[in-house]
Amino acid sequence: MLSYHFNWSIIWTEPYGRWMLQGIWVTIKLGIICWFIALILGIIIGTFRVAPFRPLRMFGAIYTEVFRDIPPLVQLLFWYFAVPSILPKSIGMWFYRLSNADFWIVVLALSIYTSSRIAEHIRAGIKSISQDLFHAALSTGFTHFQTYRYIIIPYAVRIMMPPLTAECLTTFKNTSLAMTVGVLETTFMSRQIEAYTFHGIEATTAASVVYMGITLTVVILLGLIEKRLAVPGLITRSEGGR
Amino acid sequence: MGSFDWRVIQNNLPFLMQGLLTTFQLALVGISGGFLLGILVGMARLSSIKVIYYPATAFVNVTRSLPLILVIFWFYFLVPVLLGRSIGDFSSACVAFVAFEAAYFAEIVRAGIQSVSTGQMQAAYSTGFDYRLTMRYIIVPQALRNMQPSLLTQSVIAFQDTSLAYVIGLNEFLHSASIVDAREMRSVELYTLVGVVYFLICFEMSMLAKRLEAKKGHGQ
Repeated sequence: MLSYHFNWSIIWTEPYGRWMLQGIWVTIKLGIICWFIALILGIIIGTFRVAPFRPLRMFGAIYTEVFRDIPPLVQLLFWYFAVPSILPKSIGMWFYRLSNADFWIVVLALSIYTSSRIAEHIRAGIKSISQDLFHAALSTGFTHFQTYRYIIIPYAVRIMMPPLTAECLTTFKNTSLAMTVGVLETTFMSRQIEAYTFHGIEATTAASVVYMGITLTVVILLGLIEKRLAVPGLITRSEGGR
Repeated sequence: MGSFDWRVIQNNLPFLMQGLLTTFQLALVGISGGFLLGILVGMARLSSIKVIYYPATAFVNVTRSLPLILVIFWFYFLVPVLLGRSIGDFSSACVAFVAFEAAYFAEIVRAGIQSVSTGQMQAAYSTGFDYRLTMRYIIVPQALRNMQPSLLTQSVIAFQDTSLAYVIGLNEFLHSASIVDAREMRSVELYTLVGVVYFLICFEMSMLAKRLEAKKGHGQ
């Protein structure tokens, strides 16, 4: 049955240990960049969805539904294979000559996918705020923009912290999709180590530990922010989705 | 920039449909298996018996902190080592999906049971119901109703997740489209098709989830 010989030292011997470290660095970079872009995009689109102007609401609704209902891997492959061939040749060539075009395509695909999910949380968060607060702000002389900027969004962000934490974790986990287009992140590196050494279990274990470590770090860091921001007596930490 | 040629889809329709069928099979196994296992794990998470509670909690937390791709690779490598033989791409992907989705369904089931107030349980007990009867007639029906929208939303995600079987070369919908693409060089048409098909299915399901959510809010 168990004819498999474990050799855990391959995880840290040259060059595999270095590969793994490089992979971890790419995963972290990808996750952080995607998360920030997605957060900004998501806040904008989420606000569109509750805007008093119908075309904006329509645009927001179409954006969230389209990008939420197509699997992220399909979106990634679409951006990677299909989009360059419909772009004008000059732009396509310029893009292919970029030093790490693959990396930025993953950033594009994941940011857009994640932003559509974040937009839904933002919309729900804004909706959960009572209309009275909104009217009160308007009647104090705030413009529509100011009401959002100073009253609604800061409040909504606090209510939305738990689901946003969950989305952040999802983003880091989704960076593993980047391996399919040849970005050298953690999962890709663990596969590569497996290909070179035939020690799949050790390599996959190492990658798993890395993701668990990232998850734990994010939960602790965002948990601290959540605690600082929390509106007393209003929110309990809820379980998020993926 | 070439012009579009949608005949590529028509010409390869049987092959693509075979892939879509595999996707549906994978989704069916993953969702139903994951839900059943999820009910057990979710109830184990509420157990006061430590031997049951801790392994279930560890399973849920570890699985939820891993990307699905990694879980798929896990079973792809681990199962042959444990069994001494390969069980094939499809079975290995099925096992991975069931295990992975179970962790998420378990959390929904747990939240659903917890959403029913303890007053209900006490009321049932004081009317003379025992634990089994209380669960069967009072708690579970209410919990299931509360869970419905989340279960459906999770099923949509699980359906989308099946596209990740692509990484082990399993011929599901996305992978079969990529094979046709490699031969015919028609990326735009093929990936648009895949996107549209996934969109239509998932959009319908999420609309249904929204309607259920609205109905639930109405009933309370």
